[in-house]
Amino acid sequence: MSLLPPLPEGQVLAIVRAPERGLSTRSAEVDPRDPAVAQLAADLLATQRGAAGCVGLAAPQVGVGLRVFSLDVTGHPKARACHGALVLANPVIVTASRWERGREGCLSVPDLTGDVKRATRLLVSGSLPGSGAPVTVETDAFEARALQHEIDHLDGLLFLDRVAGAHAVHARKVYL
Amino acid sequence: MTLFAVTVIGNDRPGIIADTTAALARLGGNLEDSTMTILRGHFAMVLLVSADAARSDVESGLSPLEDDGTLLVSVREVPQEYDVAAPGAPYLLSVHGADRPGIVSAITAEVAGAGGNVTDLSTRLTGDLYVLLAEVDLPGSADVEGLSRRLREVADGLGVDVSLRPVDSDLM
Ligand SMILES: [Zn+2]
Repeated sequence: MSLLPPLPEGQVLAIVRAPERGLSTRSAEVDPRDPAVAQLAADLLATQRGAAGCVGLAAPQVGVGLRVFSLDVTGHPKARACHGALVLANPVIVTASRWERGREGCLSVPDLTGDVKRATRLLVSGSLPGSGAPVTVETDAFEARALQHEIDHLDGLLFLDRVAGAHAVHARKVYL
Repeated sequence: MTLFAVTVIGNDRPGIIADTTAALARLGGNLEDSTMTILRGHFAMVLLVSADAARSDVESGLSPLEDDGTLLVSVREVPQEYDVAAPGAPYLLSVHGADRPGIVSAITAEVAGAGGNVTDLSTRLTGDLYVLLAEVDLPGSADVEGLSRRLREVADGLGVDVSLRPVDSDLM
């Protein structure tokens, strides 16, 4: 089953940056069949695609406290399994294993990066925005890392809450 | 507002950071970036503090820290901004092997020769094992393959192991 349901036209929204408190607040469950949720999913995907190098975006990053995110690791050199562009509502991590450390940046914390341990084998369940159909995503490597990063956003957690040590946060080098 | 670099070095004990920052807060100082670690039991901290105060006021505010003779405090006025080097691509340089003089200088000379800038460095000596970890920015024009090869040659000469790997972060 495709993880990209039919969606309305998306709009590019403004990105919220830390220390905005909404980024540290747990987001609410949604009714995935609500047309407003499908619109939000479309907006997240459009906003993510408008940000160079960004592989995922969660609703709190556009100032909306709802459990919806978009993701697309297509073509990323660290990706193995890849489900293409996807949007998910009310995601839940079912199983997670094989933890590895990697460096993450976040559009909402633009000047820093952090070394974070994430599971490299992951099973996530959730619902498709629009139809509300239940789906599961089984993945690994980079897509698994990105999924965990986005689900953390829905729980009010930034990578800063998970860094692997006092010297595991770095200045982000904007390198073109 | 003046920006000060405050360094505190000495015998480690609980409470040094609390004491230092309380004194700076009394001066109305605002902590900007800081780093602290323990090197073989020596407390070592550098703080950048902005304050509407004279250097002598900051020094006298911090002087009680030196009263028992176990800590050294220095206060320097520093520019608000330096011209920073153009950012490069981040790499992690790792070296480990038997301790001997000249490892750091030989390795970092190769990095500098390739136009690389060390942005973070820590070394540890434990028993006979020497470990060096450095974050290195390499300019886009750098010959990474060539640098890796020269680092391996230097490391072979020193009898240590070296690795240089990219640590690109991903935006999510
Ligand atoms: Zn993020």
